[in-house]
Amino acid sequence: MLNLSLQQQGLALRARKISSVELTQLYLDRISTHNPVLNAYVTVDAAKSLAQAQAADVRLAVGAADPLTGIPIAQKDIFCAQGWRTTCGSKMLDNFISPYDAHVISLFNGAGAVNLGKTNMDEFAMGSSNETSYFGPVRNPWDIKAVPGGSSGGAASAVAARLCAAATGTDTGGSIRQPAALCGITGIKPTYGTVSRYGMIAFASSLDQAGPMARSAQDCALMLNVMTGHDARDSTSLQRDKEDYARDLHRPLKGLRIGLPKEFFAEGLSQDVAACVQAAVAEYQKLGATVVDISLPNAKLAVPVYYVLAPAEASSNLSRFDGVRYGYRAPDYTDLTDMYEKTRAQGFGEEVKRRIMIGTYVLSHGYYDAYYLQAQKIRRLIAQDFVEAFKQCDVIMGPTSPSTAFNLGEKGDDPVQMYLSDIYTIAVNLAGLPGMSIPCGTGANGLPVGLQIIGDYFKEAQMLGVAHQYQLATDWHSRAPQGL
Amino acid sequence: MITYWPYYNKVFAMSLTTQDVQKIARLARLAMNQAEIEAARAQLSGIFELIAEMQAVDTRGIAPMSHAQELSQQLREDVVTEANQREAFQAIAPQVEGGLYLVPQVIE
Repeated sequence: MLNLSLQQQGLALRARKISSVELTQLYLDRISTHNPVLNAYVTVDAAKSLAQAQAADVRLAVGAADPLTGIPIAQKDIFCAQGWRTTCGSKMLDNFISPYDAHVISLFNGAGAVNLGKTNMDEFAMGSSNETSYFGPVRNPWDIKAVPGGSSGGAASAVAARLCAAATGTDTGGSIRQPAALCGITGIKPTYGTVSRYGMIAFASSLDQAGPMARSAQDCALMLNVMTGHDARDSTSLQRDKEDYARDLHRPLKGLRIGLPKEFFAEGLSQDVAACVQAAVAEYQKLGATVVDISLPNAKLAVPVYYVLAPAEASSNLSRFDGVRYGYRAPDYTDLTDMYEKTRAQGFGEEVKRRIMIGTYVLSHGYYDAYYLQAQKIRRLIAQDFVEAFKQCDVIMGPTSPSTAFNLGEKGDDPVQMYLSDIYTIAVNLAGLPGMSIPCGTGANGLPVGLQIIGDYFKEAQMLGVAHQYQLATDWHSRAPQGL
Repeated sequence: MITYWPYYNKVFAMSLTTQDVQKIARLARLAMNQAEIEAARAQLSGIFELIAEMQAVDTRGIAPMSHAQELSQQLREDVVTEANQREAFQAIAPQVEGGLYLVPQVIE
């Protein structure tokens, strides 16, 4: 049952071969067994999940089920869910019980999916290893000494370890794709504006985008069908016709033009990762695709540009955490300013404070033009590179991450080293394009390698088809960690 | 060939001083002791070295890109759409009294 696709689980539920309560309990039992080691979930509330499962069973019994009705989904703890503790991985929100639902949560509720719990994450989604969470690091089920990636590391670990049927994630600079790669699962960040950000705790609003993390491209398509759609409560939510993201899954690859950016295969990429990505491209050629050499000359600037723009937006977004209306407040203070300063110093972790400070500095008087405006101009150059590239190819492929999962503590106290682990994913967020990661092999240490697929704006269905055809021909996506 | 824009070069060449970090911490409303300021200074300087790679790019004539989609601001009717949930919201506040959020006295 645990290795069945979402579609197969849905069929089993609708055929009454298993009830949603039984399926939910199966996952809850696995969480009890494995979460003490993996730490993938921050909050599990069996009573709430089982109540939703019971309601789903009623819906299934009367034949009013949607494709995901009764299926247990793990929600990243960045999504506000009414009555659920919603922490965003921070001490600041340790005691925060959300009074409302994020749009994504209400869509899953409407579809009859079961909220299986809230997954661990880097604090305020700032990190690439899940080590910045106030609730402790998540472990990679392929090797518990290794990180799962971040910031959606709890989601990736939970999907890989079969502690949920599928999960939600968010991606500001690679936070769906990099952990998907490091944990050997499939994840897609859709075009910016496709999934509503309402109730999704903001990090960098011009880059944040939610998406699914699951065991296959086909599962991701079913998840996206639920998650997307216009929402008037998010001013950047796009008004587009509802689409079926599974419509191109069976389209043959003959004639597909794959662009390989030379900058993604340059210095800094591990040999074992390069070998797996090249083998995957060769497999695509066998399936009828052709390869085009392309160039993204400004892609190398994505990391510096991102570390101006994202902290700038974060410093503004996180100014709301002041100890007045919700969340943590310091116990002792002398006056209002002292209360703000102590609340924020005690409530935020080191990485979050670091990024608030970078953002505050680059937006401050005298530096705005040199940093913020310059970064926004280079952002346009980076986006234009993609526009040029997509004149020559249908999808772009390359590595998701420069290496397989590294060990906990390995990147130590050097934030710059950590930032560089998102070197291939960040440009996609800056351009607002859809990007995904699928498993395509194992590296020298036996850990999973991810193939990144970047599509043109709104080409998610095509990308999912491209991924699905590979997953029909190979079995990397269906491999599971041993010992679980 | 790399084109340097002299003005940016000058701004980027500056390294952060202890006073800079103190000022940033104050603007960001983050209490920091002397040791934390020193540690932050070292780490922020490393990050700004990374950011300084931007200086080599000639961006004259390039329009800043603030968003992935070029959209005009969406507008809606000026009507109340949210229900009043004062009690639900105040139930999770650190300190409330008589329906008001309590903070330390601001005006003497």
